[in-house]
Amino acid sequence: MSIVYAFVAAGLVGCGLYMVLSRHIVRMVLGLSLLTTAVNLVLFQAGRIRTAQPPLIVDGAERLGESADPVPQALVLTAIVIGFALTVILAALALRAWRGHGTLRSDELHSARDLGNPLASGPDVDH
Amino acid sequence: MITDTLVNGLATWPVVIPLGAAAVTLLVRRWAALQRGVMEAAVVAMVGSAALLLVRTTSNGTIVMKFGGWDRPFGVTFVADVLSATLCVAAGIVALAVAIFARADVRARRRRAGFDPLFLGMLAAVNGAFLTGDLFNLYVWFELMLVTALGLVTLDRRRAQIDGAIRYAAMSMMGATFMLVGIGLLYGEAGTLDLMHLSTTLAGRVPSVTSSVAAYLLLAGLVLKAGIFPLFFWLPASYHTAPISVAAALAGLLTKVAFYACLRVFVVVFGVGTGTAVVSGLPPLFALLAAATMLVSVLAAIAQVDVRRLLAFHIVGQVAYLMMGLALASEQGNAAAIFYTVHTMLVQTGLFLGAGAIARAAGGYDLRALGGLIREHPRFSVLFAVLALSISGVPPLSGFWAKALVIDAAFRSGTSGAGWLVAAALVTGFLTLYSMSVLWTQAFWRPRTREGHTARQIPTAMVAGVALLAACTLGLGVAIEPAVRLSRVAAIQLRSGATMPNGVTSVGTARTLR
Repeated sequence: MSIVYAFVAAGLVGCGLYMVLSRHIVRMVLGLSLLTTAVNLVLFQAGRIRTAQPPLIVDGAERLGESADPVPQALVLTAIVIGFALTVILAALALRAWRGHGTLRSDELHSARDLGNPLASGPDVDH
Repeated sequence: MITDTLVNGLATWPVVIPLGAAAVTLLVRRWAALQRGVMEAAVVAMVGSAALLLVRTTSNGTIVMKFGGWDRPFGVTFVADVLSATLCVAAGIVALAVAIFARADVRARRRRAGFDPLFLGMLAAVNGAFLTGDLFNLYVWFELMLVTALGLVTLDRRRAQIDGAIRYAAMSMMGATFMLVGIGLLYGEAGTLDLMHLSTTLAGRVPSVTSSVAAYLLLAGLVLKAGIFPLFFWLPASYHTAPISVAAALAGLLTKVAFYACLRVFVVVFGVGTGTAVVSGLPPLFALLAAATMLVSVLAAIAQVDVRRLLAFHIVGQVAYLMMGLALASEQGNAAAIFYTVHTMLVQTGLFLGAGAIARAAGGYDLRALGGLIREHPRFSVLFAVLALSISGVPPLSGFWAKALVIDAAFRSGTSGAGWLVAAALVTGFLTLYSMSVLWTQAFWRPRTREGHTARQIPTAMVAGVALLAACTLGLGVAIEPAVRLSRVAAIQLRSGATMPNGVTSVGTARTLR
């Protein structure tokens, strides 16, 4: 079971990285959200995949027995929320870029690069 | 009992005060003056609590705050040792200078856009990252820092700001992803996220593939956020688009928090230079990254004509010196890096604020159009010169001592290749001096380029913000003895893992899960 999870996570990371390298911002955003999903799978697996027993230590025992470690599951919940929030912010920025620049290709977005560019001719007056 | 709670709670004040005030400023968003008042009061209170924390940690030892009463390593803790408290104080001074400067720079429109709550949220995240004793918690503070910084960068919603923020956000999210995979693997390996307990758990282990991969993933994420060589290009591509008060705060705080995390993760968890190294081969890699970053960034800085872009490249160059202190893997190296961190936080912010004042007086950031400011602003030109000389390492300013300590530590460490590292540091120092001289002479000294164009007044608040930081770098350079002693104490505590408070004798054996 673990090996299946590992391969799924690896596949997601591969797809995510491929999409992040795209010049299209929306594809990049989707790639980043795929990556965060893949990371969540890795975190989930750090707690091991065990039986569905509740994670309670039996009286007198020192170890957690057969159930999965609950801490990574709490971490995954936090990571999902954070990843979602950042994806939303990035999507909002992409929307503003579309409205302001009329393009979503990162090689056609160059207003930050042009600001104070030493290779541009002459001093820029609008700072 | 109540005093106990208060004293332990002291470790959370530098986080709780700005976080609470951020909520209040959101409620009073319609009244810009009230909002500003709340923000300024909160910053002053935050500096006060950080100073109190520093006094307590130096006299009474480390303070550990356990949330929900869960003992380490089961709960999330805040651990305030000398290093954390010192950096909280430095961050507080930076915040204070920015808050003073913002009185003249951040007008009602930007305040309505949310400058105050975002700024306070970022300060809370910075202090949280300094104080937390938990690796996953550290990641969460990093993300809060990123979210608030993105809001601050796009405060004016200009096209360049949106463009810069997209680059910043995409790269930082990648870095955070690397960090998070590293944290997940480390948890799978050690079964804990408490920094101290991770250290004790990993110390006795045979080095495994998992811990190596985790170390390199954490390195990739933190190096990206700290702006180290192959992954620093997002920084000069975005910082210069931000409003100048924001750029100054980001310059002084964010990359340094990432370096602080490097110190905690690599010295405490992975035992770099403490004799219990979990992953071998890290210090030479650090040295390589540091040297490459120094040279590339300073050469790039020399080519710039926009003051903000020039200074953004110098941020990167200065972080490389911190990395050099870490690469030496010795107590002196760490102490030098800690002193350097405090110095560079103050000076970088001061230079960016100074750039804002220059732009206010001359109407722009383009060096080719600047000139002759010394005639109208002789006193301000001296203030800016103090900061420029400090970053280039001229005595008796703190920048000289910072560089001297790092280079001295490199000679004493005896690591192979230390000579090359020192050579890179000296060449970079010289080129930084050249770059800052060009900046100063072109902005202040040379005759005015545009005849008939007189410089405008610089508001008192702007000069006061810059003056505060210039006084700090001068003071730190004059009172070098206690500052060095403090950074040594911080380094010794960091390395020995002496973060145990008096009441807690050891971390204890954690419940092993498998």
